[in-house]
Amino acid sequence: MTAPLLEVEHLTMRFGGLVAVDDLSFTAHDLRITAIIGPNGAGKTTVFNCLTGFYRPTVGRLVFHGRFGPVLLEREDGYRIPRHGIARTFQNIRLFANMTALENLVVAQHNRLMRASGYTVLGLFGWKGYRTAEREAVDRARYWLDRMGLLARADWDAGALPYGDQRKLEIARAMCTEPRLLCLDEPAAGLNPRETAELAELLVEIRDRERIGILLIEHDMSMVMRISDHIVVLDYGRKIAEGTPERIRTDPVVIKAYLGEAEDEALPEEVAQDLARLGGGD
Amino acid sequence: MSTVATVGPRTAAGGFDLVRALKEAGLAAFVAFVLFVPLMGFQLVGQEGRLGLVYRPHWVVVGTVTVFLGHLAVSFLRAVRGPARRARGEAGPFARFFTVHARWFGVAAALVAFLLPFTPFGNRYVVDVATTVLIYVMLGWGLNIVVGLAGLLDLGYVAFYAVGAYSYALFAQWFGLGFWEALPIAGVLAALAGILLGFPVLRLRGDYLAIVTLGFGEIIRIVLLNWYDVTNGPDGISGIPRPTFFGLEFKRYSAEGTTFHQFFGIEYSSLHRVVFLYYLILILALITNWFVLRIRRLPIGRAWEALREDEIACKALGINPTNTKLTAFALGAMFGGFAGSFFATRQGFISPESFTFIESATILAIVVLGGMGSQIGVALAALVIVVLPELGREFEQFRMLLFGAAMVGIMVWRPRGLLAFREPTVRLHGRGEGEEAPR
Repeated sequence: MTAPLLEVEHLTMRFGGLVAVDDLSFTAHDLRITAIIGPNGAGKTTVFNCLTGFYRPTVGRLVFHGRFGPVLLEREDGYRIPRHGIARTFQNIRLFANMTALENLVVAQHNRLMRASGYTVLGLFGWKGYRTAEREAVDRARYWLDRMGLLARADWDAGALPYGDQRKLEIARAMCTEPRLLCLDEPAAGLNPRETAELAELLVEIRDRERIGILLIEHDMSMVMRISDHIVVLDYGRKIAEGTPERIRTDPVVIKAYLGEAEDEALPEEVAQDLARLGGGD
Repeated sequence: MSTVATVGPRTAAGGFDLVRALKEAGLAAFVAFVLFVPLMGFQLVGQEGRLGLVYRPHWVVVGTVTVFLGHLAVSFLRAVRGPARRARGEAGPFARFFTVHARWFGVAAALVAFLLPFTPFGNRYVVDVATTVLIYVMLGWGLNIVVGLAGLLDLGYVAFYAVGAYSYALFAQWFGLGFWEALPIAGVLAALAGILLGFPVLRLRGDYLAIVTLGFGEIIRIVLLNWYDVTNGPDGISGIPRPTFFGLEFKRYSAEGTTFHQFFGIEYSSLHRVVFLYYLILILALITNWFVLRIRRLPIGRAWEALREDEIACKALGINPTNTKLTAFALGAMFGGFAGSFFATRQGFISPESFTFIESATILAIVVLGGMGSQIGVALAALVIVVLPELGREFEQFRMLLFGAAMVGIMVWRPRGLLAFREPTVRLHGRGEGEEAPR
């Protein structure tokens, strides 16, 4: 049994009359991939936004066992949360498009470099400590570029990279903050099956080599079923099931949520695909 | 955009669609005609103390025909030369070359600037104009921090210029501080003004930010205008002390101590002070340049650029957007304040009239024309914007027209500024190594 990394207790998020997340509780563990799945609009991204400080939850407690001991995320300012060891990526890629891939990764190490530069003052005069720190930052960036297979394109503008590379770069950038929990919001969206398979392999590798926990929102069921250690299923903001991939795959409530009621005649194509994968597994 | 449409698939191969070009030229001529009738068709003249109207139909005809033929010529050129290069964001080879070798151009430009007063052209007028150019270069570089790097559109930059100028003038008047003592104080006060402006606009971007900063600039000017007890209102402050060269004054005689020409045993010349002021602003500007180039490669500089690109991603990486923005405002303002102090000591007299919106607009124009974020581009743009109206002095009433035409020209041919090419702050591969990015 690995240690709990993130404990979500009774998380509720209301936007006016809309309850986006309703009394959600789950635990994400260290060294595990925890997946949050559910139909569109189930509230998955809202959960992420609460965890990373973009929304302040209406009700609930979010305990994160971070770099400096346990911390209540709902009380932290958004920009402080990454310091405790949470990094995230976005559903619609958010890179610094006019900066190079390398610069994107160096910016991710901002806080460490800021300290090393004596909050700019020492850095201005080319203090040696800062130059060492910068070299280390570039080395770390180089390591991640290498692992993502982007080394040769390090000096490209991030916006000029092909879509798949941009997704990878965003993960690399999140990893450069040296997180304990990596939150990925639909990392496989827009990738072809081969790229998705590579991504799945990469995530498992990150979990095992960097020894961190991963929280994953994903629609690609084949990937979720293959790599997740634990799955939380949301529907209309509520948790309807939780467990190992094997259990979720056969859970009648989950199947119903994806299928809809029996009288529904035609299934939307996307749901049908998800369902097929859900049944078929790997 | 309608003119771009003339380069349709049929004409792209080099053919020229005459009917279409005629139609469009006709349309343009019609619009011109409607405008020219009131603009050029009538002239008010004084006749024996009364106002009379003179009709000038020939002017309207000439203007309309010119527009018609001109439009036709443009269509023809477009058809012959093929579709215009997309003005997306690509940097031309010229801008690329210039930026890549910026160091050499910079050193050469600095050398020329240093030698200018000793060249045969270095007469009083030229050195004076060069001093003005350098003030704008420095202001442009300062504003470049806020607009070019941090991406915060600031239309009230002149406020910090004013704060710097008045700080020095008032400290000199009330406490008898000299230029060198007042300079850091002016910088600090301007930086504080920058933070003061920064707080309320933290959440604003783009147009909204521009409006608030515009208002801020006006507030400062109006305060200076109306706070008569302190600022002397529209009468301004005169008798601002001139700067000294390590305590030596630039006067023919001095009641206290020796003067510059006495100390060095040379004959008195009023040119000494002009040249000294020129070197002073040159050094201030070079310090600004050094600072901006340096800070761009520091974490704070990269954070500014990242903030310009995507604020939400910055937050997710643990960058404090509040502090980052406020530092940009404060440091940008600080250089504005230094330049303001210099302005006050150079003029010897300041009044709110020197700090109107048109100054902010000019400085912003310099930054935008130069190519946002490009140091050498800003210097070139300042040169163009200050010297062009000077060159046009002989044309008197047409010089603003010349100026406007130049602005339009730059926006047409180089919409992203004279030198819009961003050099990365850190590289992994040397130039030419690694994979080549698509252009």
